[in-house]
Amino acid sequence: MLAFILRRLAQALFVIAAMLVIVFFGVNVVGDPIYMLISPEMDQQQIAETARALGLDRPIWEQFLVFLKNAAQGDLGRSFVHGESAIKLILHRMPATLELAFVALVLAIVIGLPLGLYAGLKPESRLSRFIMAVSILGFSLPTFWVGLMLILTFAVGLGWLPATGRGPTVSILGLETSLLSLKGWQHVALPALNLALLKISLVIRLARAGAREAALMDYVKFARAKGLSQSRIIGVHILKNIMIPIVTVLGLEFGSLVAFSVVTETIFAWPGMGRLLLEAITRLDRPVIVAYVMVVVVLFVTINLLVDLVYSALDPRVRLTEATS
Amino acid sequence: MSEATLPAAAPPVEAKEETPFRRFVRSFIEDRLALFGLALFILIVLLAVAAPLIAPQNPYDLASVDVMDSRQPPGAASGEGFTMWLGSDGVGRDLLSGILYGLRISLMVGAFSGILAATIGSAVGLIAAYVGGRTENAIMRLVDLQLSLPSVLVALILVAGLGKGVDKIIIALVMVQWAYYARTVRGSALVERRKEYVEAAQSLGLSHARTVFRHILPNCLAPVIVIVTVQTAHAISLEATLSFLGVGLPQTEPSLGVLIANGFQYMLSGSYWISVFPGFALLMTIVSINLVGDRLRDVLNPRLEK
Amino acid sequence: MAPVLEVSGLKTHFFTRAGTVKSVDGVSFHVERGEVLGLVGESGSGKSVTGFSVMGLIDPPGRIVEGSIKLNGKELVGLDEEGFREVRGREVAMIFQDPMMTLNPVLRVDTQMIEAVTAHDKVSHKAARERSRDALAKVGIPSPEERLNAYPHQFSGGMRQRVAIAIALLHRPPLIICDEPTTALDVTIQSQILAEMQGLCADTGTALVWITHDLGVVAGLADRIAVMYAGRIVETGAVDPVLDTPLHPYTSGLLGSLPAEGEPGAPLRQIRGSTPSLARLPQGCAFAARCDYVQADCLALAPDVTPFPGARGVRCHHPLNLAGVAA
Repeated sequence: MLAFILRRLAQALFVIAAMLVIVFFGVNVVGDPIYMLISPEMDQQQIAETARALGLDRPIWEQFLVFLKNAAQGDLGRSFVHGESAIKLILHRMPATLELAFVALVLAIVIGLPLGLYAGLKPESRLSRFIMAVSILGFSLPTFWVGLMLILTFAVGLGWLPATGRGPTVSILGLETSLLSLKGWQHVALPALNLALLKISLVIRLARAGAREAALMDYVKFARAKGLSQSRIIGVHILKNIMIPIVTVLGLEFGSLVAFSVVTETIFAWPGMGRLLLEAITRLDRPVIVAYVMVVVVLFVTINLLVDLVYSALDPRVRLTEATS
Repeated sequence: MSEATLPAAAPPVEAKEETPFRRFVRSFIEDRLALFGLALFILIVLLAVAAPLIAPQNPYDLASVDVMDSRQPPGAASGEGFTMWLGSDGVGRDLLSGILYGLRISLMVGAFSGILAATIGSAVGLIAAYVGGRTENAIMRLVDLQLSLPSVLVALILVAGLGKGVDKIIIALVMVQWAYYARTVRGSALVERRKEYVEAAQSLGLSHARTVFRHILPNCLAPVIVIVTVQTAHAISLEATLSFLGVGLPQTEPSLGVLIANGFQYMLSGSYWISVFPGFALLMTIVSINLVGDRLRDVLNPRLEK
Repeated sequence: MAPVLEVSGLKTHFFTRAGTVKSVDGVSFHVERGEVLGLVGESGSGKSVTGFSVMGLIDPPGRIVEGSIKLNGKELVGLDEEGFREVRGREVAMIFQDPMMTLNPVLRVDTQMIEAVTAHDKVSHKAARERSRDALAKVGIPSPEERLNAYPHQFSGGMRQRVAIAIALLHRPPLIICDEPTTALDVTIQSQILAEMQGLCADTGTALVWITHDLGVVAGLADRIAVMYAGRIVETGAVDPVLDTPLHPYTSGLLGSLPAEGEPGAPLRQIRGSTPSLARLPQGCAFAARCDYVQADCLALAPDVTPFPGARGVRCHHPLNLAGVAA
C-alpha cells in the first residue's frame, strides 16, 4: 500500500513539473503583455523601464529560471494588474470556487443518483425515457446558455432567487463559507445548479448503466432468493456496486467543476478564482494565469490521488491486488 | 470500408446481398429522433449557407443599420420597413439576420476545427500505433495529460496565449480536440494491426504506407466518424462559450456566442430576446448534431447493439 | 404426507419483441419430503426457468401465465413481491450455477450471511453472526470465524459454492432448488460438493430439485428424474428404471451421448440437430425433427403424457423399450 502511494506521488509530481514547463512557455511565448500595461503617453524609455521592473526584458529561459526558483518558494510572481502576489490572489478567491463546486457536486449526486437508479431499474417506463431524454439534453446544452436561462426564469421571470453575487460569509475553522445563512443558499442555488447540470446528466448515465448491469447479475438474483427486501437489494447490493464508478468519475470530475466554474462565475458574478482567471486572460496578466493553472493542476493531481485511495477502499478486489503487487 | 470486413459482417439469412452502406443507412433511419436531428441539421446548414440571400438585412453593412431600431421587441417594424420577427439587438441590427450570419461563423469554426483535428489527431494516432516504442509512449503520455484536463480550461489557457480571431480560435479548438482522435485511432489501429489480414498484407510485401492507408485506416474510420460529430458539436459549443466570455471571437466576427454575450447585459432589464434567440439557434445546432452522433455511435458500434 | 412441492400445468412465457417464447409450457411434477428430483435437459429446455418460477424470480418480459405451484400446500402463483419475499430463503432456497457470480463482490461474507438471517428472523446481529459462523462450519469451511470477515474474491470457486450452500441452509428450508451448482467447478470439487449436499440434506430432511444437463450427476444423486425438452417434461419416473429403460427417444439419445455409455474407441453418438426455437415451436411433437423414430402422427399432433407402471410417464406417441417396462 505504501509503495502504491509513493509511486502515485511520484507520478503526481512529474505531472506538476511537466505542467509547470508547458504552462510557463505556453503563456509567455505568445503575445507581449507590456503593451497591455503601458499608457499610450509613455515613451520608449519608460516602456523599457516598466519592462525591466517586471523582468520582461530578460531572455525567456532566464525568466523561466527565475520563475522556477521563485516557484520552489511558493512564489509564482506578482500580478501585473493588481501588483499583489499572484498565488495569494488565487488562494484568496479559491474558497468561494470550492464552495460552489462542492455544492454542485452534492447536487449532482442528490439529483442524479435517484433518477439514474430509477431509470436503470425500470428502463421501460415512461418516466425513465423522459429522464434519459433530459440527460441527453443536459449533455448537449452549453453551460453558459443554461446559466442564462436559469437567470431569466428564476431571477428575472419569477424573482425567486438572486441572479448574481455571493451571500454573506462567515469564517469557520479558517474556512470562509456562505452556506450557513439562508441568504447564502439563495445565492449559491442558481450557480451551483448551473454548474451541476452536466454532472447530473453524467451521474444519471452512470447510475443507470450501473443499475442495469447490476440488476442482471446473479448476485442480485441470489440476494432476492435469500428473501431480502427490494430496498435492501437496491440500497446495499446494487448501490454499493455502482458507487464505485460513480465516486471515481465524480472525484475526477471535481476538477472539471472547478474549471467550468470560470463560465458559471462569470455569468453569476460569483467572486471565485474562475472570474479572476478570466480577468487575467483579458488583461494578459500572465503570473495570475500561470498561478491559476498551477493551483488547478495541483488540485487535480491531489484529487486523482485521493480518488485512487478511496477507490481502493471501496472496492475490495482492488485493495487486494494492489497490496500484493 | 475495406473488403476484409465484409464476409464476417454480412448477415447469412438474407437472400439479397446488402452493401454495408445500405445496411448502415437502413439501421440509421430506423431511429426517428436521429432522422429528425439530421433533417434539422441539414436545414440549419442550408439556412446558414443561404444567409446572404434570405436574411432581411446584412448586419455587416453599417449603412443598413439604424440605431433608432435598437432593442426592438420581436415583431417590431424596422426603420427600413421590414418586420424584425425576432426583434433587434443593442445597436439596432435585425436579430434574425444576425443569427443567420452568426450561424455561418459558428458552423464554419466548428467544421474547420473538426476536420483539422480529425486529420491531425488521426495521423498522430496512426503513427503512434504503427511506430510504437518510445514515440508511441511519448505521444500517449501527452494525450493522457491533455485529456485529464477539462477542455474549457485548456481552451482558455490557449486563447490566453494566442489571442482573439477566427484563425486563433480554430487553432485553439484543434489543439483541444486532437487528443481524442489520437487516442481512439491508436486504439483501433492497434486492434486492427494484430488482425490476420494486416499480417497477410505485410507478408505480401506491401509498403508500410499502403498497409496503413489501405488496410488499417479504413477500419478505424467508424469511431472517427462518431467522434467527428460529437466533437464538432463540442467545438461549436466551446467556441460559443469562449466568445460569450469575451475571449473568443471579436465583435467583427459575430458568431452566436458573441450575439448571446452582447444580449447578456440587456437581459436583466427585460430585453431577453437578444440573448435567448441566438441561444436557441446554438442549441438547435448542437442538439441536432448530437442526435445524429448518438445514432451513429449505436449503428457503427456493433458491440452496443442490443 | 403432502408433497413439499407440487407444480401443475405451469406455463412461463417470455413476451419478447421477436415473439412469445414459451420457455415453460405446461410442466407438472412434484417433490416429496426429503426427496431429490433431478430435472434434466439441454440448455434452453426450460429447466432453469422452471426453477426460477418456483422462486418467483421471473422478471419482465417473462411471466407465469398459467398453472399452479404449491409449496407445502400453499399456492405461490399470484403472490405479490412481499409474499414471495417471505417464502424465499425460508421455505425454499436456491443455489446458482456460477459461484463466482452469486456472491456480491463488494460485500463481506458476514454481511451477506447476516442479512439472509435477519431477512426472516428478527434476531440480534450477534446471534445472526453466530448462526452464520455455524452454517459455514457445517459446510466444511475451515476457521469460519475468520472467513466471515473475508470478501468473496478471497475464496476459491468451490469454497464460494460452499458459502452459497451455507446461506441456502441458514433457515433449514424444506426445499432447495439447485441450478447446476457443480457445473462450473472442477471435477474433484464437484464430487465433494455432491457428497456434502447429499449428507446435509439427509441430515436435515431437505428436499432438492437438482437442475442439470448431466445425466451422470443425476444417476448418483437423485431419487427420481424428470427430463425436460422444449419447455415440457417428456419423461419422468424413478431414476434407475428411466436410465435403464428410457421410454422417450430423447432420453435415450441423451444417455447414448454420455461418454461412459459407449464402447472405448467407438464414436460418441449424438442427437442430431439442435433445440428448436421456443418462439416458433412446431405443431406436432417438439422433438420430431430430431427423432430417429419419427412417424407421420408425430408431425401432426403433440403427444400427451402416457402413464406407465411404477409412477412413470412419457410424452411420446411411440415410446421405446416397451418390452422392458412390461417385464
